[in-house]
Amino acid sequence: MESDLLKTKNQKSLLLGNEAIIRGALESGVQFVSTYPGTPASEIGNIFYRIAQKQGVYFEFSTNEKVAMEAAAGASFSGLRSLVAMKNFGLNVASDFLYPLLYTGVPKGMVIVVADDPSCWSSAQSEDNSRWHDLKAKIPTLEPSTPQECKDFVKIAFELSEKFKTPVMIRETTRVAHQSAPVILGNIPKKSKKEALFVKNPDMYSTMAPRVFKMKKELLDKIKNIEKIVEKSPLNFVKNQNSKSKKIGAIASGVSYLYLLEALENLNIKIPILKLGFFYPLPEKKIKNFIKNLDQVLIIEELEPFLEKEIERLAKDVNPKLKINGKNLLPEIGELKPEYIILALSKILKVKPDFDYQNHLKKVQEINLPKRNPQLCPGCPYHIVFSTIKKLSSKNTVIGGEIGCYMLATYPPYEIQDYLYCMGSDISIAHGIKKATKNKQKVIAFIGDSSFFHAGIPALVNTVYNNSNPLIIILNNSTTAMTGHQPYPGDVGINIENVVRACGVKNVKTLDQTNIKEFEDTVKDFLEKDEVSVIIATKPCIFVNKK
Amino acid sequence: MQSQQPFNIIILGTGGQGQITLLQILAKAAMTAGLDIKTSELHGLSQRGGSVEVHIKFGKEVHSPLIKQGGADLVIAQEIQEALKGCYFSSKEKTNFIINDLLIPIPGEKNIGKEYILQTIKNFSKETILIPAQDICQQKLGTSVTAGVFLIAFASYKKLIPLEPEIIKKALKQVLPQKYLKINLDTLNLVREEVDTNLP
Repeated sequence: MESDLLKTKNQKSLLLGNEAIIRGALESGVQFVSTYPGTPASEIGNIFYRIAQKQGVYFEFSTNEKVAMEAAAGASFSGLRSLVAMKNFGLNVASDFLYPLLYTGVPKGMVIVVADDPSCWSSAQSEDNSRWHDLKAKIPTLEPSTPQECKDFVKIAFELSEKFKTPVMIRETTRVAHQSAPVILGNIPKKSKKEALFVKNPDMYSTMAPRVFKMKKELLDKIKNIEKIVEKSPLNFVKNQNSKSKKIGAIASGVSYLYLLEALENLNIKIPILKLGFFYPLPEKKIKNFIKNLDQVLIIEELEPFLEKEIERLAKDVNPKLKINGKNLLPEIGELKPEYIILALSKILKVKPDFDYQNHLKKVQEINLPKRNPQLCPGCPYHIVFSTIKKLSSKNTVIGGEIGCYMLATYPPYEIQDYLYCMGSDISIAHGIKKATKNKQKVIAFIGDSSFFHAGIPALVNTVYNNSNPLIIILNNSTTAMTGHQPYPGDVGINIENVVRACGVKNVKTLDQTNIKEFEDTVKDFLEKDEVSVIIATKPCIFVNKK
Repeated sequence: MQSQQPFNIIILGTGGQGQITLLQILAKAAMTAGLDIKTSELHGLSQRGGSVEVHIKFGKEVHSPLIKQGGADLVIAQEIQEALKGCYFSSKEKTNFIINDLLIPIPGEKNIGKEYILQTIKNFSKETILIPAQDICQQKLGTSVTAGVFLIAFASYKKLIPLEPEIIKKALKQVLPQKYLKINLDTLNLVREEVDTNLP
């Protein structure tokens, strides 16, 4: 809760991981925050939106994550501490900018918060693992396990960022972002009165060859220097060093570390643990030191075997006979659970689990559980759109969707969505289908208002430029509904129809879909057009007026 | 709390029934009692009328925010079909169920029968208590919105949760906005009366 978040120094507050990140940013004197809404990172933006002005922080919901990251970098270039937050897919969108940003570095602290979502609790599209960006971008990355660490790590990230003139990433997952626990608060400093100024330095900021090769060399050197710090960082530590078991150890990071502690407590066993809070670059010496005398190690990580591959590489040097357990005992799909670690450990340690998990699971699997899919809210203006399209489209008509409440068209009673990828994609895919099938199939593509501004406009321009004729339905419900009703560019009067016309679209109609006759007639008419056509359905989300 | 092991509660229901508020009330109460706490909740897509499951653990020291399979001490279900999802976290040795006698149908699906639900849960619980919290609140208070608070207050009065009613009361004051406070405090009083007279 916000009152807890803003309590004074030394008090204890119950905070979500995301709230603790906000507190950490405030305690670091952050001055510029940007984001694009995406769960499990959404609360960071939602709360800053409400508190920023009073806290003397500039905050914006940007049009997409790439724009948000670029804006935060611009603020850092001008001497302000900046933070940008997004979910995993957002980092993919922003990565085009992220990679060169690491080449140039930043003059003032810049922290990038990314939230992954193993098990896709709040995600469609893929079970994306942002760790791989660490390697490719060479971005120093911290992985907190608890809300307390979320707060503390943000402060450390700002310090690291300024010390090494590089953006620093905080990677969290759903069970860290939406985990609450008591956090001991620190001081929120008075805001700096220093005016921001962009000091020209093309040698630093212009990523042109041949300078770009020197930049790459500078980046590699920087990472070498950070590696030295990492070896001494208290964020990476060994627990249970003096336990009786000396031959079997475990390595974990993020929420997996908490599951490991839970598992050991339940098994009533202690083994040495290497906890990695500073995740990239890895403390290679510390890891080598940890594994060199072990017979077996268990690597506990969600999704792909990122750490496991690194440890395999390091073990070749110091302990080639080491038995490395990881994805042989733990799933690569879906998030981990404490019981998975209990079972993996009981296998390695050859002890009996504390509970008959397999038998219990068998019994649970026999239960007829309720299958309750997420639903459009009663009274949602999308109901009319989906029922009308379902009625008017032939079996052969292809219907594309993307990210927003309208992806619920996948589920009964509508079940009309033929494909679903990332934001902006369905217009371009519709164009490709139209071109490939030489107009034999009709294609209808849904896109939300916020998504249209996020990534839909270039795709729409492409349909005009390369001349195809899908029907695009922009669902303008006047908000970013799915992620919690955040504001969107339409709020300042950017008119979608004007934008669509300016893209060169001639067949455009803005209408209220509850006027069903007009909606149906327009769909029928537009489906016969030789050029791209756009319907803008303007009935607002039922929550818009309640905001 | 005497035991070293944390006390583990799963709250189940459907999106919009206020699981996160209940979680905050219990977490605040545990904090007032000087305990360590971890909770886990989900936001976004999963809240759109889908099933909602939140975890809360408190005790001397709590590690994982997720309760393990078979690890719940108490399951509170705000909807009767959803109660079945508590079985994964439950065991005959330690788990009690408190279930709101309310069925929210799933569009396009056949309702799961009450008999089946209770019979199934019996195999996974020490004790199962079915309470028409919705109806009682509606009858006695003129609104059913506090059915969730009714359930946690019931757990407290029946000592199925190691948190005293007084601590729950304090937490209500900390968590709820002023305008909803009175009806929730009334609910607490109602539970006290009902536990003495009518309820199991």
